[in-house]
Amino acid sequence: MTTLTTIAATGALRASWLLLAFPIFGAVVLLIGGRRTDKWGHLLGVAMPVASFVYAVVAFFALLGDRDRSQDLHLFSYIPVGGFQVSMGILLDPLSASFMLLITGVGSLIIIYSVGYMAHDSDRRRFFGYLNLFIAAMLLLVLADNYLVLYVGWEGVGLASYLLIGFWQYKNSAAVAAKKAFVVNRVGDAGLTLAIFLMFAEFGTVSFTGVFGSVRSGGSGVATALGLLLLLGACGKSAQVPLQSWLLDAMEGPTPVSALIHAATMVTAGVYLLVRSNPILALTPDARLAIAIVGAVTLLWGAIIGCAKDDIKKSLAGSTMSQIGYMTLGAGLGPAGYVFAIAHLLAHGFFKAGLFLGSGSVIHAMDDEQDMRRYGGLARFLPVTFVTFILAYLAIIGIPPFSGFFTKDGIIEAAWDRGGTAGPIFAACAILGAGITAFYMTRMVLMTFFGRPRWAGGSGGMQSPQERGDLGGSPPEAGTAPHPHESPAVMLWPMIVLAVGSVGAGAFLIIGRRFEKFLAPVTGVPPTAHGIFTVPGIIALVLALAGAGLAWVMYGRVPVPETAPHGNPLVVAGRKDLYGDAFNESVLMRPGQWLARLSVYFDNRGVDGLVNTLAALVGGTSGRMRRWQTGFVRSYALSMFFGAAVLVALLLAVRL
Amino acid sequence: MSPVHYVSLAVILFVIGGVGVLVRRNAIVVFMCVELMLNACNLAFVAFASVHGNLDGQVIAFFVMVVAAAEVVVGLAILMAIYRARRSASVDDANLLKY
Repeated sequence: MTTLTTIAATGALRASWLLLAFPIFGAVVLLIGGRRTDKWGHLLGVAMPVASFVYAVVAFFALLGDRDRSQDLHLFSYIPVGGFQVSMGILLDPLSASFMLLITGVGSLIIIYSVGYMAHDSDRRRFFGYLNLFIAAMLLLVLADNYLVLYVGWEGVGLASYLLIGFWQYKNSAAVAAKKAFVVNRVGDAGLTLAIFLMFAEFGTVSFTGVFGSVRSGGSGVATALGLLLLLGACGKSAQVPLQSWLLDAMEGPTPVSALIHAATMVTAGVYLLVRSNPILALTPDARLAIAIVGAVTLLWGAIIGCAKDDIKKSLAGSTMSQIGYMTLGAGLGPAGYVFAIAHLLAHGFFKAGLFLGSGSVIHAMDDEQDMRRYGGLARFLPVTFVTFILAYLAIIGIPPFSGFFTKDGIIEAAWDRGGTAGPIFAACAILGAGITAFYMTRMVLMTFFGRPRWAGGSGGMQSPQERGDLGGSPPEAGTAPHPHESPAVMLWPMIVLAVGSVGAGAFLIIGRRFEKFLAPVTGVPPTAHGIFTVPGIIALVLALAGAGLAWVMYGRVPVPETAPHGNPLVVAGRKDLYGDAFNESVLMRPGQWLARLSVYFDNRGVDGLVNTLAALVGGTSGRMRRWQTGFVRSYALSMFFGAAVLVALLLAVRL
Repeated sequence: MSPVHYVSLAVILFVIGGVGVLVRRNAIVVFMCVELMLNACNLAFVAFASVHGNLDGQVIAFFVMVVAAAEVVVGLAILMAIYRARRSASVDDANLLKY
């Protein structure tokens, strides 16, 4: 178990608020400036994250030079209420520094890519405004030095995700997907909210140092509750079972959004939350087991969906879910897994962003066609995209010496070493997942880049991009065949850089235990050292090769049919997201609707009925009583006379 | 002195007035009957004042006269207005204020 100790920021790190200030400035100018900034908006939108990245690199090296490697910069007092103090503070330690570099680095590359990808969208300025908002919120999330500020960033990225999934809000599917992502995320957010409430109630503080310092005194019950609530929060944000259903629909957003938010950064926030909370998890084996189970289930769940989807982005979304499942599994394995979870997260940031940008390049080339059954033979037309995609592909399926091999096998070995009955099961899931990953990724590559062209006119006339004219991102006119063309340089360079990262990141981080030593102040040292080639790693590698071979047998050796075959029950289930939506609808949505209808009925008949009956009673009675007002003075006089007589009689009766 | 005769007269006058208010239609007659009832009360007051030997009953009688005068002034004015509007002094005809 490690405890978090921080010192006040010094030197270059005293300016670490700049990290947040740049993208916030970009977002404010672009979103408030409106149409006036259309002309140069994308330039500002690129410049601000790049500026953040440059500062992040400076800060990183400043942090490397510091012995303590954990610096806290107090900006201002956020909520000062009596004994409850929340400071707006920036915590720079190895963990947040890793995320800082990932977010600003990969984020900048993807934003540069977007300049080309969104070139023909009339709302490009708004897009860049949202992306800057996202970068700012995500940085706030990982740099916060307490849970409440983390929560602000957490909600900020949720908002940015919502805005960007629904960026093409004129499409009904995009608007619905955005709403769904937001609603499902609320469920997870409720978990995080309750966790923060619990921290405040138990420890009276929400700062990392305060909570981690006193969590041991709270007993294991509190720690378990916190661990499970944080897991619920992580499930929502990271699309883990059972809150996974929004991620596949989130692919309605523009592809750079899928790459940045729904692959590389935001969806990994849950893993960050869990690893950041490792002093809490250290006290609760039960919560760790739950986290590992969620991770193991999700990694298989996502992989199976990835196999069944024909839409290239949805297949990649299933893959993202699966890879984050690996990270969650790693986070559930304790100190043995944290470092590999984060290492896999960083490597995944590179190769998955690379895959998404590659798929974006393909979609761009194919006039917004996303169905892989309409691709085929594109390697010839998109050579750069093809090469970068293949490098990222080799990284994700874990072929040495590419990134995924080192980081994913670290998680598999950590699961293997966990021992007990659960350890081998987790390891088996992870190894099986590696095989399925290889299968669906090989399938994707074969269907997209190899084989016979299946797009209309693909086998016939080939045109050069010059002849074709530039249709860009506009939807194809009816009847026109796509004419695949390589993307512009502004899109290709980010892909090339990411491909380099996909190749080298894993080896750089894992060989020589470099990342392990770097991260040790935060997560502690793994109990056992991991070799590079171990038994479970080799089994996973063999299974991955088998999966790839099986995919070649099914999709490489024989031509791919243009209409999807019926498929076996598992494929049918996978196409429907393993009935995740059906489950939510029947178990949650419909009973909710019934409850709502019942409430409406009760309100109308019960509450309103009571009030209305009373009103009708009073109204009816007065309607009858008013008949007494006849208008005849003499009858009034008579009633007065009788009244007086009764009064006198009563008085006499009382007197006597 | 015995108040029996005075009180008996007052009761007779009061009953006559009361019956008149209840059975007569002409508003002027109703008014006169009201006056009759008031004066029956006055008579009783004065009689009892004399019996008890103090002035309280007589003071009240003066008050009643003042109130009766004011009431007649207002009442007759209303009566005049109704008669001009409806060409009738019957209390049964003034029956607009009802359900």
